Amino acid sequence: MTDQAVAPEVGRRRLRKEDARLITGQTNWTDNIQVAGLLHLAILRSPMAHARITRVDVSPALERPGVLAAFSGADLTEGLGSLPCAWPVTEDIVLPDHPPIAVDEVRYAGDPVAVVVARDRYAAADALEAIEVDYDPLPPVLDLETALAPDAPLVHSDKGTNRCYTWPLATGESFEAVRDRAEVVLKRRYHQQRLIPNAMEPRAVVVTPLAASGEYTVYSATQIPHILRVMLAVVTGVPEHKLRVIAPDVGGGFGSKLQVYGEEALALAVARKLGRPVKWTESRSEGALATHHGRGMIQDVELAATREGRLLGLKVGLLADMGAYLMLVTPGIPILGAFMYPAIYKMDAYEFHCTGVFTTRTPTDAYRGAGRPEATFAIERIMDELAAELGLDPVELRRRNWIRHEEFPYTTIAGLTYDSGNYEAATDKALALFGYDDLRAEQRERNRRGDPVRLGIGVSTYTEMCGLAPSRVLRDLRYAAGGWEAASIRMLPTGKVEVVTGTSPHGQGHETCWSQIAADVLGVPFEDVEVVHGDTRAAPQGMDTYGSRSLAVGGEAVHRAARTVVEKARKVAAHLLEASERDLEFTGGVFSVKGSPEARRTIQEIAFEAFTNHDLPDGVEPTINAEHVVDPENFSYPHGTHLCAVEVDTETGRTRIRSYVCVDDVGRTVNPMIVEGQVHGGLAQGIAQALYEEAVYDDDGNLVTGTLADYLVPSAADLPDFVTDRTETPASSNALGVKGVGEAGTIASTPAVVNAVVDALRPLGVHDVRMPCTPERVWRAVKEASA
Amino acid sequence: MTRISVNVDGTTYEDDVEPRLLLAHYLRDRLGLTGTPIGCDTSNCGACTVDLDGATVKSCSVLAVQTDGCAVTTIQGLAQDGEWTALQRAFHEQHGLQCGYCTPGMIMAARDLLRENPHPGPDEVRQALEGNLCRCTGYQNIVRAVLAASGHQDPEAASASGHQVGEEVSA
Repeated sequence: MTDQAVAPEVGRRRLRKEDARLITGQTNWTDNIQVAGLLHLAILRSPMAHARITRVDVSPALERPGVLAAFSGADLTEGLGSLPCAWPVTEDIVLPDHPPIAVDEVRYAGDPVAVVVARDRYAAADALEAIEVDYDPLPPVLDLETALAPDAPLVHSDKGTNRCYTWPLATGESFEAVRDRAEVVLKRRYHQQRLIPNAMEPRAVVVTPLAASGEYTVYSATQIPHILRVMLAVVTGVPEHKLRVIAPDVGGGFGSKLQVYGEEALALAVARKLGRPVKWTESRSEGALATHHGRGMIQDVELAATREGRLLGLKVGLLADMGAYLMLVTPGIPILGAFMYPAIYKMDAYEFHCTGVFTTRTPTDAYRGAGRPEATFAIERIMDELAAELGLDPVELRRRNWIRHEEFPYTTIAGLTYDSGNYEAATDKALALFGYDDLRAEQRERNRRGDPVRLGIGVSTYTEMCGLAPSRVLRDLRYAAGGWEAASIRMLPTGKVEVVTGTSPHGQGHETCWSQIAADVLGVPFEDVEVVHGDTRAAPQGMDTYGSRSLAVGGEAVHRAARTVVEKARKVAAHLLEASERDLEFTGGVFSVKGSPEARRTIQEIAFEAFTNHDLPDGVEPTINAEHVVDPENFSYPHGTHLCAVEVDTETGRTRIRSYVCVDDVGRTVNPMIVEGQVHGGLAQGIAQALYEEAVYDDDGNLVTGTLADYLVPSAADLPDFVTDRTETPASSNALGVKGVGEAGTIASTPAVVNAVVDALRPLGVHDVRMPCTPERVWRAVKEASA
Repeated sequence: MTRISVNVDGTTYEDDVEPRLLLAHYLRDRLGLTGTPIGCDTSNCGACTVDLDGATVKSCSVLAVQTDGCAVTTIQGLAQDGEWTALQRAFHEQHGLQCGYCTPGMIMAARDLLRENPHPGPDEVRQALEGNLCRCTGYQNIVRAVLAASGHQDPEAASASGHQVGEEVSA
């Protein structure tokens, strides 16, 4: 695939370049940034879910020591537009105004109401307490179904409805028709609880103005410096070319930093007003309120099948909680999922219908997997119910329905063309590693003797759409941007290499992986490559990092740019060696003439030659840099099989994961160590949704899980040791053959764990447990089943 | 304002501080030692863990005035002459970090564990790191890193052997 086959870097377990600074505390988090005259911004937030603001008086705050300024929402309205929603999924979608700070009405607990700017963070936090705000309470809107009733109180009264949009899809035969001829029809309702992302690094933003030129540098803990730059220009009116956005070291995102946040616009607005640098850093509890949440859906799923277990049709009705406002891609998250409900299965009919609903809660948006974990959960849960109904082994039911290896490429009922995959191979490997038959035997034995601690086995087979790219597909989905990615390679005069990427990592190891890709193609040492990212001035073009797109699109751009550099270098080499390009071999970074190996030039020598411009062939410009923008024709489709064994204590309700095995197929692997690490982290999140995490609101709309003391992020003691393995079917949508891995573990693990919990309890008459399957919920399910 | 004298990573600082100033903010904002990050405001996440006179503390739950006359070691005080400690090397070699935000606290907490118990088993490592949250790694490679630093020849096998989630570990 590459031009040479010497000591390939791609596929090698390379230790990460990133680690040195992270392990020694030499990091560059946004909150670390100190500049002369820096002021601290603190934000007063609504204590109510829904209220009219009748008065804001910031003047008492100004009397506090160290305070330089304080502003209400009304004070900041001028020059500050609505925050963007870039994914208006239907023509008639309701798009409410979304001011970065509330002016007349607050719509969720945590909505910004006023800001204070002070010399240090303590003074700023203190002064918030002096601000006086009068609220006239309005009824909260919390329940997705009653929110749609004609007489429901409205989140946005000017819109006349809490219905944000309806988005239907129907393909194949009509679902009604296949239901009529089906021998088994199952109908289930699943709840996707709200999750709080809790990236370890809280969000932060620093804005430094350069008064003379009207320029601003915005440092932000963001996944999307390039998109943020465009959007901040639109929201604040600062011309785009006067804005430089830098994402320094970013401490995790998981989608929660794929956002244009009001705080970023507020910090810029205040820095502009005062002509001084401004920093805002969220506290963890502030982040729980004001950083977007994930999931938040009710899924009504109907599955029609024959007695032999052949799927005939699937119908999905979805209520999706938008929260109070539409953030950058809020409405699109359920739509991404729409294409994934049929998963890896063949069927004759598919019907999907989604309603987006406004509530007076924190806005939702992309969170680890974004729509795809929810879809996979629903289909994988109901597949288990169907297996139980038919008396079939759940793995066998999946075998009878999935797309077989020889059938790829395969266009699914949802209209996606899966280019490659081998579900049989991944499943067989996982079953063997897991010891499936032995565990089933032990389960039967425990059930037979009525053991109070039951064994449950859960399976989940999945695929996902990664490598979010084809811009024309995104256009058809009404997404307001492209999905391309850019990279450039600069061969420096001394032969060292700078790779400039448009992706913006936050833990994924791009510096290491992109170095491996470039080193292979160019035939230079891994250590001679430096990766430049996350600064719109140094890496001016890009679409950033989310949705497991970086490697399949951004890595591919690096790959292609490097190949172009080699081709340019080949021209120079041919000239210097007085040979035709056709007669040149390129191996291990050396051009040599076929048949006379002593006639040779290294690519580093050619870089120097191209720098001096002393002896370049006609028509070749000095330097051998290259730039590529890649927009693949298709998504990539990682897949895999996950197996989980749990022990559920029916007397206490406590679930313990006994073993977890997964075999993922993420296409060609650039760095197996990094792939394994990403799978581990994804598993932790997916298991956490199954067993631990939930954003809980009280009846008034207050978030009652607003700190890490209330919201259970699992620790090392809560998670098992995972067994991970891989199969490898290369993707065809990029020359590297890579697919993406960031979300695989999350997508597959939640249904695997819940299937295992239900499997353990099924002999007791339990058919479902709502997530998270806490000891209390499990205990109640057992009690209710036996009542 | 209260005068304090505190030795941080081998350097003694004399400072006037507000009595309410948290050690985490003193280190970061006053001394510029930003290697210690802050991850929460409830001392649940452990990102800001440092060593205070031989005990690990979460620096967001200690006041700077309490450190008067004490010695504090942060992540930035571990490597000597550019030479990483065994734990730092192990985190690197076992891929025990991704975004790295929790890493300083993880390393400081693991250092404390290995001081008390130089050869812990995997469950003991997991229990010892219970107060340090990570959102990227799923902890598996962190556990392996600590086992590797404690001299396990095959940390992968050691971490996989016999670990049961939530199992109580006797002290």
